[in-house]
Amino acid sequence: MDTAFTEHRTREPESGLATIVTDFSADQRAFRNVSWGKAMMWIFLLSDTFIFGTFLIGYMTARMSTAEPWPNASEVFALEIAGQHLPLILIAIMTFVLISSSGTMAMAVNYGYRRQRRPTAALLVVTALLGAAFVGMQAFEWTKLISEGVRPWGNPWGAAQFGSAFFMITGFHGTHVTIGVIFLLIVARKVIRGDFDHGRPGFFTGRKGRYEAVEIMGLYWHFVDLVWVFIFAFFYLW
Amino acid sequence: MSEIAHSDTAHRIVVKAHPIRLYLVVWGWLFVLSAFSYLVDYFHLTGVLRYTLILTFMMLKAGLIVAVFMHMAWERLALVYAILVPIGAVLAFLAAMAVEADYTLLTRLAFFTQGAS
Repeated sequence: MDTAFTEHRTREPESGLATIVTDFSADQRAFRNVSWGKAMMWIFLLSDTFIFGTFLIGYMTARMSTAEPWPNASEVFALEIAGQHLPLILIAIMTFVLISSSGTMAMAVNYGYRRQRRPTAALLVVTALLGAAFVGMQAFEWTKLISEGVRPWGNPWGAAQFGSAFFMITGFHGTHVTIGVIFLLIVARKVIRGDFDHGRPGFFTGRKGRYEAVEIMGLYWHFVDLVWVFIFAFFYLW
Repeated sequence: MSEIAHSDTAHRIVVKAHPIRLYLVVWGWLFVLSAFSYLVDYFHLTGVLRYTLILTFMMLKAGLIVAVFMHMAWERLALVYAILVPIGAVLAFLAAMAVEADYTLLTRLAFFTQGAS
């Protein structure tokens, strides 16, 4: 009996779908190799996926069901730069800025793994600056559209729902970026102060600070970039 | 890929550290794919070609961000499935609302546009 039991315990699958069964039927921990903080951030991001998913589905429903023509995003978001008429140019620049911030964030996480304090903090600050630049451009875009008469209940070019979908979706995304910038600056301050080298506890907790905080921060920031990929495709390009 | 052991936790967590080059390559690809999506609009592509290209570039970008930047490619399947499977519910909702929106448009065209008395 005893030997059969131990044999069973040692013969756990190493890979493949069978690991899901063994992980979820394990005692204490379903998500192995992942701390509770990281697992909870993933689950939060899943819930945020539902929020942005329903926003985009709501936008799709409004756009598909309206009998009015939908305003042409390519023209609405066009800018004149140095006498050149460029369609959607500001949105393209915002996309590149946000992708760059994701690149610097990924590198910050990598230096965090290696416990290199200075490059980690520097890359976090660069990420925050790029995020702030994104929010600044979004503020410019909102100002431009509002001055052109776009309101949540109407606009000069077509279906009234354009304004409400635009303000709701980009506003919620911009809020996420803004919160992310604040979150980034807080983590950068902790890194540069050496909190994660000395295991200094955080503000609300007695737990020791760890470089994993940078990775969890990274998950959030990459998610914000990920949401923008979908907004860019469905709201601006479609 | 080298392993760096963090022993500062109750559970000893081994994390994988990739060379910085990997992130630079992915970053470069995200730039190229974004440029392609922008060009779809710039060249005024229309119809099925436009929507196929937009969706393809979108899925490639999303895949790269989630798999590499968010490290999902290196997580255990239990976490991967716990996060990805529920997204199927969003897709089901999407399909239901597409059918519903189509019906709403038909009724609006039938009752609210010219010709309706």
